[in-house]
This record gives sequence, structure tokens and C-alpha cells, in this order.
Amino acid sequence: MQYKDYYKTLGVDQDATQDQIKQAYRRLARKYHPDVSKEKDAEEQFKAVGEAYEVLKDPEKRAAYDQLGNQWQAGQEFHPPPNWDAGFEFSGDDASVFSDFFESLFGRARRPSSGFAAHGRDHHAKVMIDLEDAYTGATRQISLNVPYVDETGHVRTRERTLNVRIPKGVQQGQQVRLSGQGDPGVGQGKAGDLYLEIEFRPHALYRAKGRDVYLDLPVAPWELALGAQVRVPTPAGKVEMSIPASSQSGSKLRLAGKGIPGKTSGDLYVILQCVVPPAKTDQERQIYEDMEREMAFNPRQRLNV
Amino acid sequence: MISKHRVVTGVILDEQTELTVSDLCRSCSVRREKIMALVEEGILTPATQKPDDAYTFSGSSVKRAKRALKLQRELELDLSGVAVALELLEEIERLRSALRLYEETRGLLRE
Repeated sequence: MQYKDYYKTLGVDQDATQDQIKQAYRRLARKYHPDVSKEKDAEEQFKAVGEAYEVLKDPEKRAAYDQLGNQWQAGQEFHPPPNWDAGFEFSGDDASVFSDFFESLFGRARRPSSGFAAHGRDHHAKVMIDLEDAYTGATRQISLNVPYVDETGHVRTRERTLNVRIPKGVQQGQQVRLSGQGDPGVGQGKAGDLYLEIEFRPHALYRAKGRDVYLDLPVAPWELALGAQVRVPTPAGKVEMSIPASSQSGSKLRLAGKGIPGKTSGDLYVILQCVVPPAKTDQERQIYEDMEREMAFNPRQRLNV
Repeated sequence: MISKHRVVTGVILDEQTELTVSDLCRSCSVRREKIMALVEEGILTPATQKPDDAYTFSGSSVKRAKRALKLQRELELDLSGVAVALELLEEIERLRSALRLYEETRGLLRE
């Protein structure tokens, strides 16, 4: 176990006032908060800052920590001296998991006494699925690090694996809840829940926006001009679609109900993207030249040029 | 890779989900007053308000409530600060996903 220099983590002096500690924490918490931060390893930094503040904001914990003396260096191999915390009383706090160093010093307060009941902690995990999975449902294997309290009262973690069925109809960013699949409760307390946040892998063809799905469909100029019956891929299989005559590149056609399924299914929007065939041969060039001569078409009319 | 472990099925927390204030309290491990404070600040919008003042919320409220409470606790913000931060974060998310859609479309056109 390595010694942690909480003062260094917060960037304050050992004789910093509680106000200075609070200010330092707030500044660093804003900098590293995973919801806000763009920093690399923000999450890790944020945890370290939170742990340091957890100790230093509480005068009892801070005094006990100070009592360890200042001959320690951050990262140095550390064992708490026997009875080091005699005379201090720590109140139990929320169930976030701190470092082994923290647990060895302050973790004892969590040992459940008889008759004590608490809800198990919820777990959160991100799950990557493909858009197709949202149409059919998917099964994913999830590994969780579940903390438990060992015989000596220390919090340890063990890995738990479970197979999770994600129902069809799920959308990007939505949460799926698995009741009772979080940490076990303490005493009579109920187990926590497992929350999965769904993220779609980028797809080569489709883009999802809420329950609607977008597809860029390459089309030939004559298909736009004359109208056509074309085959269109959808995440649920190919369908036939008609392009009305006189369509323009960029126009959007709606395939109702072909988006992500649900009580109200989403729609699939097909965006027509004109692809101009290159004029490679003399004959092909001739066709374009005929069009230029015959059609008297100015694409820049709106620009008055 | 699916092993011999049994399969547990999840429930999507979406607009069809109806959650009570108690459900939110339990999911967020907070007291009723905390949830009601989020409603008063306009951070949570109830889906329905039953005659006996019993609110229901949609499934996406869990994520929003948890995020709000986390910001409040970890950044020591007051609730109006939380509301502003949440709105800006959500706006950033909207813009990012719009930008992604836009860049993907341009990518396709260049091919």
C-alpha cells in the first residue's frame, strides 16, 4: 500500500485553513469533474481529489492523518502504525470506494453493526451496442467490481460477471435498469440496481438521433429527375422505396416506422445524395454535352449570376 | 462471448416509464425533499401531476436527477448553479451529436 499525500493532491500547505482546503477542492473538482472536464484521466484525478478532500475537510480525519507525521513521501510503501487512530471517532460516510490507503486508515467505520440496514450501492456501466441491436435486442456480458467487507473490516473488491439482456427499442444515451443487480444490501437493506448507459457504435451507413435513423442514399441524376424504384438498406433488412420525379439532391424521404422500434416506433429518413457519373468515354462526354446544349439549365440562377 | 451465467433482462428507462417520487428517492438514495427541490428549481419536470399532488416522472429523469445531485455534491454548487451547468452540458451534448452527424455526412460526400 502506498502512502498518499493529501495536501499535495489538493496543492495546499499542511497548515492550510479549512477555507483554503475547500477552495482548492472546488477549483480542482471543477477542473476534473468527469461531467465537465476535458482533461485526460479526469476521472482518476477527480477521485484522488475527492479522497483527499474527504479526509482534509473533516477536522477529526485531518487530525488523525496529520498524526501519521510528515516523514512520509507520496507513493512510499506504507503500513499504518498500530493503534494509530486511538482517540479518534470517524463517522461512516457514503459508500464510494477510496484507495487502500484510505480504507486502511478510515475504512473501519463502515463495518456494519448488528441491526444496521442499508441499500446496496447502485452500479453504473456504459455498454456499446450496434444500431442493429436496438432493433432486435442484445445480450452482453458485463463485469462489475463489487466491493465487500472482509473479516478485518476492510473494503475489498471482487469481480462479478453477468449476462444482460438489453431490450429492443433502446436509444443512444438511454439507461437500462437491472433491479437488484447492484451491490448486495447490508442487513435487511435491499440490493442496489445496475444501470447501463447505452452507447451506439458508429455505423458505416446509419446515424441515429433519438428514435429516428438517418441514411444517406447515393442516387444517379436520372433517378432524381425521372423518379425511380430503388432498394434501400435498413437496420431491419432491405426495403423498396420510390423516389418521386423531380427530386433534388439532399431531399429527405421518410420511411415511417422503420426507425428504432418501440411503442411509437421511430422513422427512417433517407437523404438523397446525388452522385454524378464521371464522363470517361467520348460517348459519355457526348451525353453531358447534349444535356448542356438541350436543357438550358442555370444551377446558379438563385445567385443571380 | 456468452458464458453459462444466467441472463438478466433490463428495463429501458424511457418516456414510457412512469416513476414516482419514491422511485427517484430510492434510485438516487436521497430524501423526498431533495427530489422536490429539483422539481422546484425546474431541473426535473414531472410527466404528470395527479390530483393528490403525486407527481410521476419519465425514465430519463433518473439520469438527470443523479447527474444534478452529483454536480451539487461534488462541485458544492447551489441548485441554480446546477440547473445552469446541466443546461449547458446538455447543449454541448446536442451540439456534439449534431457535429458528428454533420461530419459523417461530409465524410460520405467526399468518398
